[in-house]
Amino acid sequence: MAIKVRKAGLSTTIQDMGRPGYFHLGIPEGGAMDRFSMRVANMLVGNDEGAAGLEAVFMGPELEFTKDTWVAATGATMPILLDGEPREGWSAFPVKAGQVLSFGFLKEGARVYLAFAGGIDTPMQLGSRSTYPIGALGGVNGRAIAVGDELPLGTPGKTAARSVDAALLRPKQSPVALRALPGLYWHRITEASQEKFFAEDWTVAPEADRMGYRFRGGAPMEFVPREQPFGAGSDPSNIVDGCYSYGSIQVPGGTEPIVLHRDAVSGGGYFTIGAVISADMDLIGQLQPNTKVRFVKVDMETALAARKDRRARLQKIREALAAG
Amino acid sequence: MPDILSPLPGTFYHAPDPKAEAFKKPGDAVAAEDTIGLVEVMKTFIEVKAEVEGTFDGYVAGNAEPVQAGDTLAKVR
Repeated sequence: MAIKVRKAGLSTTIQDMGRPGYFHLGIPEGGAMDRFSMRVANMLVGNDEGAAGLEAVFMGPELEFTKDTWVAATGATMPILLDGEPREGWSAFPVKAGQVLSFGFLKEGARVYLAFAGGIDTPMQLGSRSTYPIGALGGVNGRAIAVGDELPLGTPGKTAARSVDAALLRPKQSPVALRALPGLYWHRITEASQEKFFAEDWTVAPEADRMGYRFRGGAPMEFVPREQPFGAGSDPSNIVDGCYSYGSIQVPGGTEPIVLHRDAVSGGGYFTIGAVISADMDLIGQLQPNTKVRFVKVDMETALAARKDRRARLQKIREALAAG
Repeated sequence: MPDILSPLPGTFYHAPDPKAEAFKKPGDAVAAEDTIGLVEVMKTFIEVKAEVEGTFDGYVAGNAEPVQAGDTLAKVR
């Protein structure tokens, strides 16, 4: 064992790049909400980018090390303290057995990602160590970390004092723009509602979690009248049960959009007006409650270009760290 | 004067449920382990512990108001 959990934080889970391939069976892909930050944290400590680390939301955990290792914290901004001494984010730093890592108050973003040299070596389930608490998969016996847990680490790779140049990180935006593609059920709302959805400011609701991010503040949507299809519920936002993609924007009752995230359900009976593009899903993982966002309408070409840009940004960081 | 700060962002509540009285009123004694309010986030209510001792001097953040991590929730003297 290498890490003892002294305080768990609010909901600190072991995450990696998830378990794709089971969504059709109702098992979500899971994995780090902000994959960009998890990948970079792993790069910093010389791990495979798919190694498992910790995702802590709103509050950091308190961890005691029982052997020497290297740590990197990325994602949300909060003071990082090793035995009470400040450490930099987006940097790898060495820790000695007996030292304690803790965190101050959250300043920016929502989730901090911690990578440890060698990666957390808990058992894989369906190809991943990611925690899916509702399905009791991955993590520590299928749950978030808790006080008294001891987390094993794998064999470290090449470690060194590395840090990422801030210029290579994602630019900050306020309000955050989430690019979205209208989808299969877009025609269900009136043209006026379609325009409003993209024109209005939306606020992150406190209910936002790994399953979905709920937004409020926009006008209720108006539906195009229809005859209730056989098998669909009576509410105009109901459909005959369909599949959801991750990123889908579901709007139960036409009032509060919910963007389905890494631990989302795979299908249901509410219509989805579209989907947030894959390149912007990481950004949602860093949204605090009560912050404002705008949805921006894009087409498939733009979505694919954005995916390419995100990959290119990661590749630049990879090259910069390798050149060291 | 020690302030009680919010450990995380969410919605702050002065009482355990809408019909109940506030956890503390001005003049009440405060012990470190006392709960002074709740922060709701991700469908979970998190108890905010005073972590300081003294006499309660009133809430700073309003009931059912949004708060950010590090915001002052209440004052203790």
